[in-house]
Amino acid sequence: MAVDIYVRRRAINVVAMLLSGLAAAAGLLFLVWILWITVKNGISALDLKLFTKITAYADQGGLANAIVGSLVMDMIALALCAPVGVLAGTFLAEYANRTKLGAVIRFLNDILLSAPSIVLGLFVYVIVVLPMSNLTHGSVSFSGLAGAIALALIGLPVIVRTTDEMLQLVPGTLREAALSLGVPQWKLTVQVLMRAAVSGIVTGVLLALARLAGETAPLLFTAFGNNFMAFHPLNKMESLPVAIYQYTNDPNPALHAIAWAGALLITLFVLLLSLCARWYLHRHKVTHD
Amino acid sequence: MSSNPAIIETSRIDRRSSADARHDAWFRRLLKACALLVLAALLGAALSTLWGGREVLFGQGLHFLTSDAWNPVTDDYGALAPIFGTLVTSVVALVIAVPLSFGIALFLTEIAPTWLRGPVATAIELLASIPSIIYGMWGLFVFVPFMARIEPGLSATLGRIPLLGKLFDGPPIGLGLLTAGIVLAVMILPFICSVMREVFQTVPNRLKESSYALGSTTWEVVWDIVLPYTRSAVIGGIFLGLGRALGETMAVTFVLGNAYNITSSLLMPGTSISSSIANEFNEAVGTHRSALIALGFLLFVVTFVVLLISRLMLRQLARREGA
Repeated sequence: MAVDIYVRRRAINVVAMLLSGLAAAAGLLFLVWILWITVKNGISALDLKLFTKITAYADQGGLANAIVGSLVMDMIALALCAPVGVLAGTFLAEYANRTKLGAVIRFLNDILLSAPSIVLGLFVYVIVVLPMSNLTHGSVSFSGLAGAIALALIGLPVIVRTTDEMLQLVPGTLREAALSLGVPQWKLTVQVLMRAAVSGIVTGVLLALARLAGETAPLLFTAFGNNFMAFHPLNKMESLPVAIYQYTNDPNPALHAIAWAGALLITLFVLLLSLCARWYLHRHKVTHD
Repeated sequence: MSSNPAIIETSRIDRRSSADARHDAWFRRLLKACALLVLAALLGAALSTLWGGREVLFGQGLHFLTSDAWNPVTDDYGALAPIFGTLVTSVVALVIAVPLSFGIALFLTEIAPTWLRGPVATAIELLASIPSIIYGMWGLFVFVPFMARIEPGLSATLGRIPLLGKLFDGPPIGLGLLTAGIVLAVMILPFICSVMREVFQTVPNRLKESSYALGSTTWEVVWDIVLPYTRSAVIGGIFLGLGRALGETMAVTFVLGNAYNITSSLLMPGTSISSSIANEFNEAVGTHRSALIALGFLLFVVTFVVLLISRLMLRQLARREGA
C-alpha cells in the first residue's frame, strides 16, 4: 500500500511536468507558426512597388502613403506622449511617491495600460474629430493629428510606468548628495536623476513606440484612411495597420498579398524595436553599488 | 549705496534661493499637470463615450441592455448579442489560456534548465508584442481554414457528449466564437504567464526547500506551497488577461463572423462589442453611431471594473511582500 502512494505521487509529478513542458512547447509553437506565416507570405509579396506606389492603384499599387502616414502619426504621437509621460512618471517617483494622489495616479495608469484601445479611439473621435468638424464646418474632420492623439494615449501609460520604475531604482544617496550641495530640486531631477535613469527612460519610449506602431483600432475613426499621399496632419491619413485591415477585408487575393507584405514590415519593425529596447536596457544597466 | 560687500553677497544669495524656490514650484506644477493628464485621459474616455452614447443610453435605457435586436433600418438597438459574444469569447480564451500559462510559468520557474529559461521567457513575451492585426490576419487566412478542417471532428466526438455536446454542434465553417476564443487565448497568454512567472519567483526559497525536505515532489511543492502563497496575485493575473480579452478588437473582428445572434453552439458565428464598433462605426450615422458609442461605454466600464479587481488582487501580494 505504502509503495502505491509513492508510485502514484511520482506518476502525478511526471504527468504534471510533461504537461507543463507541452504547454511551453505549445506557446512557442504559436509564436513560430504566426511568425513563419507572416514571413513566408510577406517575403513573397515584398516588392519595390510597395515603397514607391500609393494605395490608390489598388492591386497595381503599393503602400507608400500608408508607410508615410504611419511614420508621420507615430512621430507626432511620440512627440506628444514622450515629454508628458516622462514628466508624469517623474512626478510619481520623485514628488508623489508616498502620497495618496501618487498612489491613485499610479493605479489608474496601470489600468490605462490595458484599457481597450478601441475605446480610446472613440474618446478621441468625440473630443477631437467631432469638435474639429463642427469648428471648420466639415472641412477638417478625420485627421492624422487625431490619429496621433489616439496613439499618444496608448503610448503614454507605458512611458509613465517605465520612467516611474527607473527613477525609483536611482539610489537615495544621489539625491542627498546633490541636495546637500544646495542644488534646487528641479535641477537635481533633470540633471542628476534623469541622467542616471536615461537608459531606462529611453527603453520606455522605445517600448511605447513598439506598442503604438502596431495599433489599428484607434486609428479607424480618427485618422480614417486615405488612398492618396498626405503629409499634412490635418488631412485624413492612411496608416500601415489600417491599410492591412482594409486589404484583408477585401476579397481580392492580390490585395491580400500586399497586406501580408505590410504585415511583415510592421511585425519586423515592432519585434526589432522591442528586442532593441531590451538589449539597450541590458547593456546600459547602471549598477548603483 | 550699500558699500558693505557682505550685505551684497547675502542679498544675492537670497535672490538666488528665492528664484530657485520659484522655479521649483513651477517645475512641480508642470509635473503634476502631466500626471493629472493620465487621470484626465481615463475620466475623459468614460465621460466622452457616455456623452456620445447618451441618445441610446438614456433614450432607450434598459431596453438597450436587454434586447437582442440590432436593426439599423428601424433604429432598434440592443446590446445583448455583442455582450454575449464578448463574454463567451473571453471565457473560452480564459479556459484555454489559464492552464497553458500556468504550465509555462511552472516550466519556466521550476522545471527548465537555467540556460533555457531566459530565451523561452523572452519568446513567450514576444507573443505580447506582435500587433493584434497580425493575429487577425493569421486567424483569418490560416487558423480559420485549420479550424474548418478539425471542427467536423469536434462535432463528431465532443458533440456527442450530452449537455456539453451542444457547445460543439454547428456548421464547420471555421469562423465563430470558438475560433475567436482560441486566437484570444494565444494573445492573452503572455500577459497571464508573465504575471504568474513573476509572482512564482517571489515565493521564499525556504518555504519550497522545507517542503522538498519533507519529501514533496515538484508538483506538490507548486500545487500546495507556491500556488496558495501567490493565490491573490495569480487571480489578479487572470483578471488582467480577462481585461485584455474583453477589449481586444482586431484579432476577433476577422474571425468572429460578424453575425448578431445568440446561440448555444461555439461553432456559430457571432459578434462582440469591439468588433461591432470596428465594423460598423464608419458607415453609421445618427442613432446607429450613438448606439455604437454607447457600446464603447459599456465595454469601458466592464473592462475598468475587471482591471480594477485585477490590480487590487495584484497589490495584495506586493503589500505582503513589503511587510
